[in-house]
Amino acid sequence: MRSTRRAIAVLAAASLTVLAAGCGSSDEGDADGKITLKVSTFSEWGYGDLLKEYQKLHPEITIKHNRFATSDAAKEQFQTALGAGSGLADVVGVDNSWLPQVLQHPDNFVDLSSSKVKGRWKDWTSKLATTNDGKLLGYATDIGPQSIAYRSDLFKAAGLPTDREAVAKLFGGDKATWDDFFAVGEKFKAAKTGPAFYDASASVATSWGDQYKVLWEDPKTGDIIAGHNKDLRNIYDTVTSHEDLSAHLARWSEDWVSAFQKDKFAVMLAPSWMLGVIKGNAAGVKGWDIADVFPGGGVNSGGSYLTVPTQSKHPKEAQALAEWLTAPEQQLKAFKTTGNFPSQVAAQSSDQLQKVTDPFFSDAPVGKILTHRASAITTIPYKGDNYFAITAAFNNAINRVSVDRTDSPKKSWDTFVDDLDALK
Amino acid sequence: MAHPAASASTRTGASPPQPPASWRQRLGRWDMKASPYAYISPFFILFGLVGLFPLLYTAYVSLHDWDLIGGQGDFVGLDNFTFVLDQPVFWDSLGNTVSIFLLSTVPQIVIALVLASLLHANIRARTFWRMGVLLPYVIAPVAVSLIFSRMFADQSGLVNAVLGHLGVDPIGWHRDSMPAHIVIANMVNFRWTGFNTLVLLAAMQAISRDLYEAAILDSAGRMRQFFSVTVPSVRPTIIFVVITSTIGGLQIFDEPRLYDTQGLGGSSGQWKTITLYLYELGWNQQRLGRAAAVAWLLFLLIIVFALVSNWLSRRIASGDDPVAVPRKARRAARRDASGSAAGTPAFSASSGDTPGSNT
Repeated sequence: MRSTRRAIAVLAAASLTVLAAGCGSSDEGDADGKITLKVSTFSEWGYGDLLKEYQKLHPEITIKHNRFATSDAAKEQFQTALGAGSGLADVVGVDNSWLPQVLQHPDNFVDLSSSKVKGRWKDWTSKLATTNDGKLLGYATDIGPQSIAYRSDLFKAAGLPTDREAVAKLFGGDKATWDDFFAVGEKFKAAKTGPAFYDASASVATSWGDQYKVLWEDPKTGDIIAGHNKDLRNIYDTVTSHEDLSAHLARWSEDWVSAFQKDKFAVMLAPSWMLGVIKGNAAGVKGWDIADVFPGGGVNSGGSYLTVPTQSKHPKEAQALAEWLTAPEQQLKAFKTTGNFPSQVAAQSSDQLQKVTDPFFSDAPVGKILTHRASAITTIPYKGDNYFAITAAFNNAINRVSVDRTDSPKKSWDTFVDDLDALK
Repeated sequence: MAHPAASASTRTGASPPQPPASWRQRLGRWDMKASPYAYISPFFILFGLVGLFPLLYTAYVSLHDWDLIGGQGDFVGLDNFTFVLDQPVFWDSLGNTVSIFLLSTVPQIVIALVLASLLHANIRARTFWRMGVLLPYVIAPVAVSLIFSRMFADQSGLVNAVLGHLGVDPIGWHRDSMPAHIVIANMVNFRWTGFNTLVLLAAMQAISRDLYEAAILDSAGRMRQFFSVTVPSVRPTIIFVVITSTIGGLQIFDEPRLYDTQGLGGSSGQWKTITLYLYELGWNQQRLGRAAAVAWLLFLLIIVFALVSNWLSRRIASGDDPVAVPRKARRAARRDASGSAAGTPAFSASSGDTPGSNT
């Protein structure tokens, strides 16, 4: 008797919760034959108009676009939703440094390989999103070839060449090395015109690090090797010993953003997508230009992919959308609005791209320069499970010396090694 | 839940044997017995869903090797706890949390008390001022953090520029621990002082005018009235404010997270709080098991702190005032009458499961 009463109480109570919970789960029905696809991206991918165009081409499809403000916020949601097994969009934009997590859980993503997309990308681009058994889990949207952005007016004041071809030669042309880069910095500093040479030591170090295949973790064993890696130690020592060339800033900080308006530095190592950021931060500042050169050869920083999670109810339609968004024509449109450099071979070699110039960067032929920089990319770094944690610790190590200026290089490195121990 | 169930069963046991009842009668009886449970059930269900279940599940997670994406791994016992307790960064972040908590809670409550008593007095445009103190509370914490981190930027900030004009060396608001703690604590104060002021003001409105008249007849000045009538009379509210601030202060997350762009508490952890450390373990290093262990340690810590601040605020607020003694006696009498159930533990029991109700 008592137990039945209890059961009723529980039932009554449960129905209340169901009532309360039921309100939230009204999923868009496909009653009228319409399909709703959700797309999630972060910061600015230039997809606003493209998605409208796609809906016009495919009237049966409605697209909801979820834009995260930063890649960090998007990463957080991506990881949480992936762990929870629900909550991901039908087409999810991922940064190339999250691909290890995608590849680790291949069952959660649709294999996107098809004859239609064969040969679209350079090998290294599609290899990053391909599992060992040949499943392609992401379509590359853009890549991040780096070039040197510089202030020609500040170069002029320091008695250095200002013309972009001469500057490229100054940095060493096609055979540019990091020694050349720091040598130019010393020359600039010797002129004592006021501004620092480059913006952030940590960014210089990580750009350099992106030229090594193995730096942070051992690809075979997954062990963290950063603490006793000679190459990394060399980068760290070189950069920290040239500390007086930096403006003692951390990228993205308040001080960094306002430094653009105050002529605090003359040079920035910039991936393609950074050019848009420079334009925004340095609005009204004249003299920015881009040189077709990079110390140590080509390097890729960032770049993104579109994935289709198996959670999606309409994987076929989602894949079609992702394929369309990453086709050459669409990539070129996105490049014009945001500066995200196309990942497709066909888009990179198109005449349209070669003709693109940018008035902000003294009419530099951005399309041509970035294509040349992209073709110089030879090495793609290995990024394992602990990539975020290790690079965060490494950036902290440099910033303790460069930005906070609280630690000596040696002490800061020791702390870095301790931090790595805590990751085991 | 056990208590009402027990009393219900005694009632049924007491009822005399009855002839077989009709369906309608039986239904009526069920209604009588079951309905009260249904009526009070939303609280227990909500508490179970959003309070108890996450708490227990977190404990379960903390005993496992748990990957953020991959999910459950091996059972590791208390390894996660010993790992976390072994990390110097845990203790550093504990120190930072307590420092920020003290820098925010103590001035906040003192200022709130003073402001509330000013607003309680007869002043012109009372409603205007009362609404005014609540204004900062309406501003989103994200906005507050953005404004503060811009004002207190190390090289380009407004505050350092002003200090420079006064001939003071710029302060490393993001470089050194103490300045960073002060700025973060002030973000909290900016947002919450007004809220606490209104809570205290509401309590002050309920103080009988007779007490003030009696105090004035005894020639008590404004200060004396404040300390001997106002403060003791709003004591339960002070305790409430102190405890909610304690819980909020120890869980502080938004403000330190948004204080720089990395959001992990500074390059040498100058303002890394426990919640930021938890976040770093779970979302940066993807070790959810370790993060869950930190969550549980934080939970225990909050209980300890809530008990201590409860005890402390009782001590401070009672002092040597004449009003408190009869109140205490009255309460003791009430407690005897109601079987000593409705007494002190109400606050400490509810403190653990109200996440972020303040600050």
